[in-house]
Amino acid sequence: MVLTRSKKRVAKSQTPPLKRAEKPQALALKRKAEKPQALALKKGGAKSQKTPPLKKQKKEVVVEEDPSEDDDEEVSDDAAASTDVESDDGEEEGLGSSGFFSDDDGEENDDDGEELLGDDFLEGSGDEEEHSDSGSGSDSDSDEGDIEKESKLIDEEEAKEEEDAKAELLDFNKEAGDDAFRLPTEEELEEEARGPPDLPLLQSRIKEIVRALSNFSVLRPNGASRKDCVEQLKSDIASYYGYNSFLIGALFELFPPVELMELVEAFEKQRPTSIRTNTLKTRRRDLADVLLNRGVNLDPLSKWSKVGLVVYDSQVPIGATPEYLSGFYMLQGASSFLPVMALAPQENERIVDVAAAPGGKTTYVAALMKNTGLIFANEMKVPRLKSLTANLHRMGVTNTIVCNYDGRELPKVLGEKSVDRVLLDAPCSGTGVISKDESVKVSKSLEEIKKFAHLQKQLLLAAIDMVDATSKTGGFIVYSTCSLMVAENEAVIDYALKKRSVQLVKTGLDFGQDGFVRFREHRFHPSLNKTKRFYPHVHNMDGFFVAKLKKMSNMKQASEDDDEALGTVDEADVPSDDDEAEAMEEMEKPKKTKESKEGLAKSKESKKGKKSKSKKGEDPPKIKKQRKNRTEMRMEISQAREEKRKAMREKSKEKQ
Amino acid sequence: MRPLDENETTVVFEKIFKFVGNNLKNIVENPSHEGPEPEAGRYCFRLQRNRVFYVSESLVKRATNISRKNLVSLGTCIGKYTHAGSFHLTIMSLNLLAANAKHKVWLKPTSEMSFLYGNHVLKGGLGRITDSIVPGDGVVVFSMSDVPLGFGIAAKSTQDCRKLDPNGIVVLHQADIGEYLRDEDEL
Repeated sequence: MVLTRSKKRVAKSQTPPLKRAEKPQALALKRKAEKPQALALKKGGAKSQKTPPLKKQKKEVVVEEDPSEDDDEEVSDDAAASTDVESDDGEEEGLGSSGFFSDDDGEENDDDGEELLGDDFLEGSGDEEEHSDSGSGSDSDSDEGDIEKESKLIDEEEAKEEEDAKAELLDFNKEAGDDAFRLPTEEELEEEARGPPDLPLLQSRIKEIVRALSNFSVLRPNGASRKDCVEQLKSDIASYYGYNSFLIGALFELFPPVELMELVEAFEKQRPTSIRTNTLKTRRRDLADVLLNRGVNLDPLSKWSKVGLVVYDSQVPIGATPEYLSGFYMLQGASSFLPVMALAPQENERIVDVAAAPGGKTTYVAALMKNTGLIFANEMKVPRLKSLTANLHRMGVTNTIVCNYDGRELPKVLGEKSVDRVLLDAPCSGTGVISKDESVKVSKSLEEIKKFAHLQKQLLLAAIDMVDATSKTGGFIVYSTCSLMVAENEAVIDYALKKRSVQLVKTGLDFGQDGFVRFREHRFHPSLNKTKRFYPHVHNMDGFFVAKLKKMSNMKQASEDDDEALGTVDEADVPSDDDEAEAMEEMEKPKKTKESKEGLAKSKESKKGKKSKSKKGEDPPKIKKQRKNRTEMRMEISQAREEKRKAMREKSKEKQ
Repeated sequence: MRPLDENETTVVFEKIFKFVGNNLKNIVENPSHEGPEPEAGRYCFRLQRNRVFYVSESLVKRATNISRKNLVSLGTCIGKYTHAGSFHLTIMSLNLLAANAKHKVWLKPTSEMSFLYGNHVLKGGLGRITDSIVPGDGVVVFSMSDVPLGFGIAAKSTQDCRKLDPNGIVVLHQADIGEYLRDEDEL
């Protein structure tokens, strides 16, 4: 240790004499920084005066080479030296200024500093100063005494300052916490309410409360409960961004505060404009070339879409180019691609689009089907029919029938079990597209959400009834909304699962967040995690919800549906992941054979999850089924949960 | 929705004949792949609310359940009857006409936008023109990249066009795709 120290100190030891010359400058600089260091330098200076001229020369030589390093070392050494001076008498450990002078004698410094003073020139100045016994120069003695006292004083002051600084830091947190976290009192709120809202104040308060909530146990403001903070935050966000209290409360239930801020910020900005190539008339590459020639700045949308393009900016109005008018593309938000991709219509199928205007999704469906098959495009509101018809014609779609019905009447008109797939992009509160329509912020209330949810449930049941479960290639219903509310999304699907014999299957969209299986006091069917949610602040598209249902049987069953839906979850999960067509065929065959068997036998279900499609004398077996299946259902749910828990435990064990 | 009667059929066919000539046979007998049956069906014309539609038979069959009040559109609308009783082809028939057009005109890029605003085609904007155009013929207007832009009636024969001064009208405008934006309500 000492050896190395001495080696290191070679350079340092030779700094002091030069420092003498630099001292005034150095001192001047460092006085501002720290007094003790300057004093230490002085000490060093005093020391160096003592050293014989020979040594000085040596030191000077070395010093010239590395002045900068020495400066740094000197500073740090001095600082250390000052502390050493206080704490240790005669001990030089670490970077005491003694190091400068005692390289060669590092070993002896610790104990023999005093004794060797007369003999060794390189001894630590710190030691010499401390022990005014050493007398190599009378002048320096008296100086040292004064200097020593001064240095002690300064060191004490410095220590005090450090403590004060630390205390200040702590206090600062508390004080700043008090000032910003301290929730405004009633009087302050009244004052604020009197004048126009003070936006910077609101914004800073919002940020502070969000910060506090993220680590509430540590950063909580004095005497404020979490509830008070949350209430204050809600009212602040509402007045800063212009929301009504219901909507902010609803969003609060969905997201933690930090994510909520991101979401609200995302709603303030527009999502990027995107267009969809009409594959009936052109290809994406060709369209991109033509548009680039016109001066439109665009890129492919994402890797999950082969027909989407995102437009950054454009010299010509993107909705009025000759290509647009010729039907080569459609202006469509990226989130609107998703339900059609989930629907995956095949050629020669019968499709119904229950709420079709303005026709973006309908034209996409037609393009995927290559103008074969048949689409019923229904729209309830008459003014929107024109744009629907115009878009269909513009894009060159010929396989569509446009009608004007209330979606709930459609099964009566078109017939039940008459189509292969249904797309239901339900009318909703629009809380996911606030960036397009700011009025949603203030116009929605709990009553409206409930009304929408009621309408959506009816529409979904009607849609399910239209589908033919025995269709060879189809039997799917896609339900989508542009809303974030659980009441309009997961709750509606859960209701449908109970009321009809349908099952959730994977949407086929491999990105996006899974839907909620439970939310506050609601407990939904466990397969709800197959639905998908999309958020503006995560996926950079409008808020959206997509769910894909498969109709298992054509019977309208009431309470049995729970059992059978649940029963087939396990079995149908596996095939639903495969190709839909193949799975359909496989499932159809065993179903049909069982149908005949059970129809003949008129027996109750013998196996879990095989649906009896017997249509004769069903009541007694049904009731028995219900009783049996309820307990079975509970067991299945609990089994599923147990398995999940086990899986979680194993995962956590593996991680450990 | 009902099929066209004799008079109506003749009127419609006459109008289309101006544009497509003998290709009318193609139009009528085109095998259609619409509808859920994998075999091709045929197309037919139907009248619904003063609009004439060119639809595949399989669509027609399935549209019969929809009541008259609620049926809005079937397949492709090709034109409509005015209150006075005359029949006009609308822009929505462009795809059908363009595929079978006998007389075509190609516009220079500079005069595309002018035509899309509803102006007539001037000699100065003419890029190419098919031969043997007689005044009164139906002409389909294309852009130089073969994108159909609309249609109209020829004002001069091909020979006369060559002698015309640059501001002379060559094709009288009847319909163009700009109407999708300008006249959406009329469609």
